[in-house]
Amino acid sequence: MTPQPETQAVIDAEIAATAHAYEQAGVEETQPRVDYAPYRSSLLRHPTKDPHHADPEGIELWAPCFGERDIDPLEADLTIQRGGEPQGEKMLVTGRVVDGDGRPVRRQLVEIWQANAGGRYIHKRDQHPAPLDPSFTGVGRCLTDDDGTYSFTTIKPGPYPWRNHLNAWRPAHIHFSLFGTDFTQRMITQMYFPGDPLFALDPIYQSIVDPKARERLVSTYDHDLSVPEVLMGYRWDIVLTGSHRTPLEEEDHQ
Amino acid sequence: MSTLTATPGQTIGPFFHYALPFDGDRELVAPGTPGAVLLHGTVTDGAGAPLQDALVEIWQADPAGVVPQRTGSMRRDGHTFTGFGRSSTDITGRYTFTTLEPGSVDGGLPFFGVTVFARGLLNRLFTRAYLPLDGAEPDALLTSVGDRAGTLVVERDEHGLRFDVRLQGEGETVFLTYPGHS
Repeated sequence: MTPQPETQAVIDAEIAATAHAYEQAGVEETQPRVDYAPYRSSLLRHPTKDPHHADPEGIELWAPCFGERDIDPLEADLTIQRGGEPQGEKMLVTGRVVDGDGRPVRRQLVEIWQANAGGRYIHKRDQHPAPLDPSFTGVGRCLTDDDGTYSFTTIKPGPYPWRNHLNAWRPAHIHFSLFGTDFTQRMITQMYFPGDPLFALDPIYQSIVDPKARERLVSTYDHDLSVPEVLMGYRWDIVLTGSHRTPLEEEDHQ
Repeated sequence: MSTLTATPGQTIGPFFHYALPFDGDRELVAPGTPGAVLLHGTVTDGAGAPLQDALVEIWQADPAGVVPQRTGSMRRDGHTFTGFGRSSTDITGRYTFTTLEPGSVDGGLPFFGVTVFARGLLNRLFTRAYLPLDGAEPDALLTSVGDRAGTLVVERDEHGLRFDVRLQGEGETVFLTYPGHS
């Protein structure tokens, strides 16, 4: 017996109750909760004990290095990987990766992956019947430049259905994987698009219970980045958790 | 002190398999290299079920305790030890790395830095996989963790080094947070 899927209203009520409790508590949170029941897959997959505080030492004060040997510059353009022009709205996304003190994260790896314009991933477990696009893989990589800037040319991804509850749809997003100068800055996140009507309904986005914190995942449309008759430009800057390196050490590693 | 607030994390989701894995991602050294060891384990949830959609990364010093600062993890040349590895879990929840045992960095106990990502896990988790102490005194972190410290130490088995990750429940792995997080 398969239980009846829950409705959006059930999820909405849980999201609202948590948001209310957060407001009442009055203690600012800036990261998602790992224990967030409206995202049903998290129920058995979150630690129940608080993380243990550690002072970074040894290897943790350093990060892996990537370079020209690892990444082909063409990997930053997701619209040329298969020879033909992919379907959908061509876009540029660019921004800076900085640490908690605003210092650029230089020459470091940024990886992205995303659905195509119809909301379909090239993945055997994606069962959304939207068509695959033979001209689009949805995978990109680049290195930040000396100013910490990354840049990808791609196609705006579509929203897609998933099975958290009945009529569940993910807001359109691009997955980002980031490294810093310290191992402790490693992170993976998702970038969203401004004004998406699915924000309020999405338990993954709402797992960041603070409204200001959630907005840090939303890119801005930047008309100055748009290229006439070619593509639309979006800007999204990323702040990693504070580096433990002092400015002096930073100089030593130039 | 940090002046900017960090961008929030989000789950890696279910569809990373065509994007993040790369050829040689889990082979920090070629199998058969002198000193090569298998580091492996299973990622399980609160019901003890294996996760077939988790991603484990390691970051480590070389056997002499030198922190590698060499590029080439994504285009392994068979000679350069970069210290970074990435392994998605298989249908049994198992990840594997072929690597070298890390040496002591700055006099500390040798350990692998470990990050865990998974569908259903809303933010990355950090932990350490210490080499067996073999009589060495526990360091400040292991001591402060108390009776859960065993979850941070690899076991030697017939395959090499075993380090299981339990996200929740009995034997829950100790996960770490560092100054500047949250």
